[in-house]
Amino acid sequence: MSGSPAVVSPAGGSTAPVSDTAALPRAPRRRSMPQAVLGLFGLVALVALVEILPRIGVVPREYFPTSSGIGSALADLVGQGEFWTAVLDTLQGWALGLAIAAVAGVVLGILIGSSRFTRELTASTIEFLRPIPSVALIPIAILLFGTDIESKLLLVVYASFWQVLIQVLYGVQDVDPVAQDTARAYGLGRWARVRYLIWPTALPYVMTGLRLAAAVALILAVTSELVIGNPGLGKLLATAQSGGAIATSYAIVVVTGILGVLVNVVFRVIERRALSWHPSQRGELPA
Amino acid sequence: MTGILRRVGLMFGLPIVLLAAWWFASANSVDFFFPPLSKILESLVDEWFGPRLAADVVPSVLRLLAGYLLAVVLAVSLGVLIGTSRTVRGVLEPVLEFFRAIPPPVLVPIFMLFLGIGDGMKIVVIAFGCMWPILLNTVEGVRAVDSVLSDTARTYGITDSARLRKLVLPAASPQIFAGLRQGLSVAIILMVISELFAASNGLGFAVVQAQRSFAIAETWAGMLMLGLLGFLLAVLFRIVENRQLAWYHGLRRAQRSS
Repeated sequence: MSGSPAVVSPAGGSTAPVSDTAALPRAPRRRSMPQAVLGLFGLVALVALVEILPRIGVVPREYFPTSSGIGSALADLVGQGEFWTAVLDTLQGWALGLAIAAVAGVVLGILIGSSRFTRELTASTIEFLRPIPSVALIPIAILLFGTDIESKLLLVVYASFWQVLIQVLYGVQDVDPVAQDTARAYGLGRWARVRYLIWPTALPYVMTGLRLAAAVALILAVTSELVIGNPGLGKLLATAQSGGAIATSYAIVVVTGILGVLVNVVFRVIERRALSWHPSQRGELPA
Repeated sequence: MTGILRRVGLMFGLPIVLLAAWWFASANSVDFFFPPLSKILESLVDEWFGPRLAADVVPSVLRLLAGYLLAVVLAVSLGVLIGTSRTVRGVLEPVLEFFRAIPPPVLVPIFMLFLGIGDGMKIVVIAFGCMWPILLNTVEGVRAVDSVLSDTARTYGITDSARLRKLVLPAASPQIFAGLRQGLSVAIILMVISELFAASNGLGFAVVQAQRSFAIAETWAGMLMLGLLGFLLAVLFRIVENRQLAWYHGLRRAQRSS
């Protein structure tokens, strides 16, 4: 049995693998120096390609600005207060939504997951609600909240809640039965069992769920701004595009990509920190 | 016997209670935004399973499938190519990570610029958006193929194409399926979003039309329809996955119980 948790659900309940095998907490990859250099080379090549292709006319230049064009549009944006307000608006919706989803997911996950009865009772409902695409909520979000932040939060929370909940459910079921019996035999109370037994067991799963949820939350925050028109980067993009500011549109897309990468990196670091004690993060030690 | 009864009760108990609660709580509702469930279901059956099924739902689903299949073929073949070479992987990985990190819906306004607003744009947006999770998972799965196995296969003189079919793809398939599942949910999101901007038919388009004209019951019914579609696709995916990965699930169970 490898040290990686979160691949297949334990016996009982559904047997679907946890949503993302790639997102397992895994041993830090040993990146040799050349790998980093290669990666940098790849990025430079991408920038060069985007500069050259429109110039020599392989792609139509009016729709496909050059790297330098996107770069100068980006520089313009960075100088504007409006841009930073938009970034903050997006991040605010993202962070609030993620926090609500995380707390709700963890609390409900532990409540539902710690008894077999509640687990079986809710399984069918969860399996039905989870695959409902959160964009299905857009019309009702508009009707109820208009462009207030609540409509953005509704989408973000709905999408990221399931990511956390599912992982917590798997995590809670993963508790070692022997440890469970031992804790009971030693007379640990309910709270102590949650704190010292269930929580540490579920933590790797919680972290995986949080990382997935963080990525999804950003997607839904931007989507909501783009479609519903809440203030933020998505709205800025919609405005730029309809105003024909092509290079600016591309620059905003690049910014959302950078935000996405940052979110991934930050959550990987948090995961590694929080799980530094866990075998999956420690890597192999020579015996 | 009681075991079966118990399981059936557990499976349908909560959904029935929730639906009943919704039914009765909304039965005499005069709230404009929360019409009675009976009205919503009426609209679901009359409209969405009636004329709108062929006019809106089918075109949406076809675009979804076209985009998704395009992405699967492209991403898996590219993923195998990239995953087998260490150098190519090193060069492309940061670039791919960047593309995956872009929230896919922001691509709709960009792609609209040069592809217009027809079916082609929607299919390309769906394909482009759900390609990255599949691609990156394939790369990772191919990279992690047991090196002893692949060396053995090479020593025995097994040809490249046989090695690909018998070793690399099966070994990477659990990871590939994880990517396929993520890709599918992105594809559904993009199916809806691409129709919100500019369209003349489609599920997303029709739901938003209903919402703009304040046909509230129809809006709710459209949301239910989208939910049903998402659920149905997830079930279909699960069936395919369980067939393809039966060996893997069995292996994991055996490892766990040992």
